[in-house]
Amino acid sequence: MKYVFLFCGTAADQAAFDALSPEELKQRYAQVGRWFAENHARLGPGNQLQGPESATTVRFQSDGKPIVKDGLFLEGKEIVGGYTEVDVANLDEALAMAKSWPGRGTVEIRPVIQQR
Amino acid sequence: MRSAAVPAEAALVEVFREQAGRITAALMRRFGDFDLAEECTQDAVVAALESWPRDGVPANPGAWLQTVATRRVLNQLERDQRYRRKLARLTVEPQPDEQDDRLRLILICCHPALSREAQVALTLRAVCGFTTAEIARAFVAPEATVAQRLVRAKRKIGLAGIPFRVPSRPELGERLSEVLAVLYLLFNEGHLSTLGAVSSQRNLAEDAQWLVRLLTKLLPDEPEVLGLLALMKLHLARGASRFNLSGEMVLLADQDRGLWDRAQITEAIVLIERAGHLGRPGPYQIEAAIAACHAEAPSFEATDWQQIVVLYDMLMAIAPSPVVRLNRTIAVWKVDGAAAALHELEEIAPVLDGYHLFHAARGEMLTELGRREQARAAQLRALDLTGNPAEQALLRRRLFDQ
Repeated sequence: MKYVFLFCGTAADQAAFDALSPEELKQRYAQVGRWFAENHARLGPGNQLQGPESATTVRFQSDGKPIVKDGLFLEGKEIVGGYTEVDVANLDEALAMAKSWPGRGTVEIRPVIQQR
Repeated sequence: MRSAAVPAEAALVEVFREQAGRITAALMRRFGDFDLAEECTQDAVVAALESWPRDGVPANPGAWLQTVATRRVLNQLERDQRYRRKLARLTVEPQPDEQDDRLRLILICCHPALSREAQVALTLRAVCGFTTAEIARAFVAPEATVAQRLVRAKRKIGLAGIPFRVPSRPELGERLSEVLAVLYLLFNEGHLSTLGAVSSQRNLAEDAQWLVRLLTKLLPDEPEVLGLLALMKLHLARGASRFNLSGEMVLLADQDRGLWDRAQITEAIVLIERAGHLGRPGPYQIEAAIAACHAEAPSFEATDWQQIVVLYDMLMAIAPSPVVRLNRTIAVWKVDGAAAALHELEEIAPVLDGYHLFHAARGEMLTELGRREQARAAQLRALDLTGNPAEQALLRRRLFDQ
């Protein structure tokens, strides 16, 4: 089954991340790099995203008219920081992978609708 | 072939309990779809409830249910093309041992990706053969709400790809503690509240105990399963003395220990010892050991409180929580006196300010220390915070006694 992992975090997670010393930051990136290397065979396309200050939202009104706004869809409480596609047999395998994610914060697991 | 007499409904309950999980699991293994297997087994149970009291119970009720359920699955597959497409969705790992199927079924029903409410409802229906109406009655919820909850849970199992498998260690330990939490909740729902009696035939506490006993057979070397079974037995052993004739709650200190079921207590202690030999202590084993200390004591005052403090220290080391600390404080009270206990109690005051039993315990300690005004204020606060009528009555009596 295909899933997408959304790597999310709160403002507090972001603050904790920003407070890391350069040495700790290097370590964290190394851990994350190892996670991607270890799971390479099961990962599809994915990316880290620019910060929430870079986000722009297009919101459709009930009459269908699009409104362009600066900022996130979710009102700044939880921020999606990146995503990756994951291809594994079932949810338990996806959960095992997500539990080993070294980046902290929150990982949301969403099954992908399979195209037939 | 039909037997002449219709057996008591209690016997039917046993048939459903023994068969429902097996049939659901077998259909799931064969057709690879949880929703379909569960739905058709439920149909068979409902059909039996309708026709057995009228026509008599078939000679082999298990085979009857299996046949009806299987026929439903095949009809459904023929009728509904969509189901065929769904079949590929569920990953079923091959398992040679037929017994294990029910373990896989329990694990899928109590998967951590499902809400606790969904876990409870699914377990009762798929493993114990409850009807939706019975679950609704047990939880005083509208039947439509329970039905909706079940539909949503089963949809999630399919869509999210929750597998039908028994994980290996260490994952099994984690999954098992989720299962035990569900079963203990079911037990408490049946044992502690008067709402637990679904009907004269079905009681959640009994079904929960049956499920744990089943788990002790499927996983004989899991000490926490034995611990939970022992804990349930110890609660049930003291059940008769918890309420007096006018339905008022009786505190442990005032219970008639002559009413306690000695045979159950002995069985529980054997289970605790068996679990102990496996050398992996856990919260249920420790809680059972604490309950056993109470069960073995000739009186409240003659209880081995020192041992209970030690057990609470162990529990705090494995599974710390404010409520465990509160309970530990009560044992400390008996060992070191009210002043020492009150001192410890104040440390957890900020976390437990909204918990009625915290204020009730504090009130009693203050009373013992002769601080009447403060004691009264604490007891009023406790009364304010509880919604349970039996506990309210008890607290009111206590306020009047002073």
